Amino acid sequence: MVMLEKRPNPSRFWTAATPVLAVVLTMIAGGVMFAILGKNPLEAIRTIFWDPLFGEFAWYFRGQLLVKAGPLILIAVGLSLGFRAGIWNIGAEGQYIMGAIFGAAVGLAFYPMEAWFIFPLMVIAGAFGGWLWAMIPAVLRTRFRTNEILVSLLLVYVAQSILSSMALGALRNPEGGGFPGSRNLSQYPSAANGELIAGSGMHWGVVAAFIAVIAAYVLLQRHILGFHIRLAGQAPRAARFAGVSPNRLVLLCMGISGALAGLAGLFEVSGPAGQISIDFASGYGFTAIIVAFLGRLNPVGILLAGLLMALTYIGGENASTNLGLPSASIQAFQGMLLFFLLAVDLLSNYRLRLSNRETA
Amino acid sequence: MMLGGINPAVLIASLMVAAVPIILAAIGELVVEKAGVLNLGVEGMMIMGAICGFAAAVATGSPLMGFVGGALGGAALSVIFALLTQFLMANQVATGLALTLFGLGLSSLIGQGYVGIKPPPTARLDLGPLSDIPVLGTILFRHDVMVYVSVAAVAVVWAVLRYTRTGLVLRAVGENHDAAHALGYHVIRIRFLAILFGGAMAGLGGAYLSLIRVPQWTDGITAGAGWIALAIVVFASWKPWRVLLGAYLFGGIAVLQLNLQAAGARIPVEYLSMSPYLITILVLVIMSADKSRAAAAAPAALGKNFHASR
Amino acid sequence: MNRRTLLASAAIGLGLSMTGAAFAQDKLKVGFIYVGPIGDGGWTFQHNEGRLALEAEYGDRIETVYQESVPEGADAERVLTQMALGGADIIFTTSFGYMDATNAVAAKFPNVKFEHATGFKREHPNVATYNARFYEGRAVMGTIGGRMTKSNKIGYIGSFPIPEVIQGINASYIHAKKVNPDVTMSVVWAYTWFDPAKEADAAKALIEQGVDVILAHTDSTAPLAEAAKTPGVIGFGQASDMISYAPSPRVSSIIDNWAPYYIERVGMLLDGTWESTDAWEGIGGGEVKIGEITDAVPAEVKAEAEALAASIADGSYHPFTGPLNKQDGSAWLAEGETADDATLAGMNFYVEGITGDIPK
Repeated sequence: MVMLEKRPNPSRFWTAATPVLAVVLTMIAGGVMFAILGKNPLEAIRTIFWDPLFGEFAWYFRGQLLVKAGPLILIAVGLSLGFRAGIWNIGAEGQYIMGAIFGAAVGLAFYPMEAWFIFPLMVIAGAFGGWLWAMIPAVLRTRFRTNEILVSLLLVYVAQSILSSMALGALRNPEGGGFPGSRNLSQYPSAANGELIAGSGMHWGVVAAFIAVIAAYVLLQRHILGFHIRLAGQAPRAARFAGVSPNRLVLLCMGISGALAGLAGLFEVSGPAGQISIDFASGYGFTAIIVAFLGRLNPVGILLAGLLMALTYIGGENASTNLGLPSASIQAFQGMLLFFLLAVDLLSNYRLRLSNRETA
Repeated sequence: MMLGGINPAVLIASLMVAAVPIILAAIGELVVEKAGVLNLGVEGMMIMGAICGFAAAVATGSPLMGFVGGALGGAALSVIFALLTQFLMANQVATGLALTLFGLGLSSLIGQGYVGIKPPPTARLDLGPLSDIPVLGTILFRHDVMVYVSVAAVAVVWAVLRYTRTGLVLRAVGENHDAAHALGYHVIRIRFLAILFGGAMAGLGGAYLSLIRVPQWTDGITAGAGWIALAIVVFASWKPWRVLLGAYLFGGIAVLQLNLQAAGARIPVEYLSMSPYLITILVLVIMSADKSRAAAAAPAALGKNFHASR
Repeated sequence: MNRRTLLASAAIGLGLSMTGAAFAQDKLKVGFIYVGPIGDGGWTFQHNEGRLALEAEYGDRIETVYQESVPEGADAERVLTQMALGGADIIFTTSFGYMDATNAVAAKFPNVKFEHATGFKREHPNVATYNARFYEGRAVMGTIGGRMTKSNKIGYIGSFPIPEVIQGINASYIHAKKVNPDVTMSVVWAYTWFDPAKEADAAKALIEQGVDVILAHTDSTAPLAEAAKTPGVIGFGQASDMISYAPSPRVSSIIDNWAPYYIERVGMLLDGTWESTDAWEGIGGGEVKIGEITDAVPAEVKAEAEALAASIADGSYHPFTGPLNKQDGSAWLAEGETADDATLAGMNFYVEGITGDIPK
């Protein structure tokens, strides 16, 4: 019978090989699904994985990959710190929304003035908005031991209500003919987060995502706080003996993840999305949780996982439009990819052994 | 009796109906979490239950078969989760979220032929003279059978966890799987069954939505009910009766805010629409701030995978 | 092969300003961007019906592509660009939130036509807008409701307080009041376009308040199903016909019928007469259809409603005809005066007699 034997250290070979294996398995399983739906499986797979990177219009999609992956990576990096320490911020979506509202409000307050300092102020306000929203579950947990999963999750819905109310009320575009939605920030030069190099997809949010990856890497490898975070997650009692204050860690991790989610929201609202609208939130905060775990809570892993997720979104859209696949099949396909990625991860942590021994 | 233009008896009766899907899904998830497994895929399992239940009911013409189908649909999806997390040691949080994504997609694919169809009606349970009792009759005895099933499910789960050997083993597995393993219990098998139960209950909750509550099939019909169920389990600090309390509280405020609007209360709608979430948080804070109670602790092994290493 | 290299070099040379259409195949390619899944049974479902009617009409001369569930904002811009790059000649964007994205992409693809539903911005000569006068249908529903109600209470389930919904509330109230001076109207805001359980709760809350006629401005059939549980309560199909609830509670319906417009506009593009316009048609143009009035409605009421619909259709009657006051009692329309389109399009006030405030 097949036995699993835990490896003392994750296998380097399999750590690199499993994602490839997972993608291949997904291609097979997804291909079967597409065939059942009456489409050419090879064409579908090619459209999803190949065309956005190397196809006819790759020059456009490569940039869009960064636009889509940027917020995912930025949020996921922040979340990964807390997840490592056993602090469960499930409400990044709410922090993302609040960051966008705070940042946009600052920008709109200055309209139509043009000045260099407006955008930096918006960035600060965005981070502050996300931080503030994350501080609610953090303080409730440290003060009253209230479970942060529940509070952060429910605050997403509250943030969505505030968002609708802002789009319909306080931040509504006075020249918008009574329709909901704020002025378009991307058309207001001092507040716009435009492309830094035309056609590249690079905007400040993508830059911030790369900086966050590097900073998190350095923090976890070199800094005492990173050590404390890892310790608190792996051995909470040992961490306490080492003088790590659990409350301080909660406030720090929630604060960092909230601020990064807020930044992601601000960069999105001032750039690609352009405006505060009722439907501004599109689930980045939740998808980022998947990205964080797919990346094994490792900053570099998150970078790659974010790009892969973005590829399935963009490639999936292409397949959906060009081949007439229902968007639901793309969702199911993404789910399969995640299943396989998570499943084959086994190989990097465990060794398969054939043995005659009975399990105990 | 009327309060501010709202009849409290009718309000209570409505909140009992509104809370059914959440109770069913949450009580299932509670068992899963008691066994030490965190399955964030409740939304996905619910919506699979909604479409499978709907399809089964339409095919057979029987609402009962619909609920069976719903439970099977939810359980079938949970098998994927169980295989991945219990045998392949996959991360539970990520697998659960992926399960939701997959369930939303798959349900929509299955449901393509069912848009705009009316399911066979479920009869209200006829309790004869009981339902004519003033006030109490309105509140308690004019419901469909699933309202009673939801309450019964809470009672059964409570009794099983508290008084039976099965419950004891389940809790042991959730608190300390290594010790349970050392005592000779099959940790993986117990968790697998708990996950299946959770899936079936979530599926049942979903089927209630598509067969009685709404009743119709549309894409995304659960509209986030699974997430609320997850929150309610935490709210309840993993205690069955508090699931009922939490779901009634949440469902009650959700219904009340609409009633207040319909009655013309002068409270701004945007505050009303966020009130169910805020009040749930507030109540939890008050309960968790009460230091005289034992700490509302999650099962110690929650979210941790088990591997019999020896 | 040739076409591909040609496209690629042109793309590099011209950046985004090139268009796939210039080199396109013989068939006209028509794209649709949907905000929800086709299976929503309401808004998106009806647009897709329009797309199918288009295919039936023109057969081999056109091909259609579509993308479901496109979030508003950055994603919409990408999907639009992708469709345009993929050789679409005309793209219909079927939600208000796509307004800025539509205009932004239209700037980059001057040879592709864009048609934006329910918006007002036409910043480029290749952008047209279209909408339907749903309030005309609401006027007919209000008439039926006013005649049918026994409790003299009509309920309206609103999604968000945007002009289109407020038009609907006002139009149905005015016409219910006209045939039944004792009528009052209760409005419940669901703050969602689509949440069947919540819509059912809203309907239930209204019924418990004694309402026996329910108008819904959200997308699902849940309010009708709820109405079906209480004898004597009636409702109307919304967006689609919802005929499975006939003859009661669904006594009639207001159907979004986009097929005539889509067929007309694509026809214009085929014979080269397309130009940027702002279309706002109602019952007369066929965009708003009144579903069959069932036998649950007395014959004279049915005749009255049909006469009203006919007079709106031939233009002899406008549902907003003075004398009408605003909610605060200030004069809005003088005797015989009709509302102008600009005021209607941005409608943000109730007419006199409706209680409650519009949420801000």
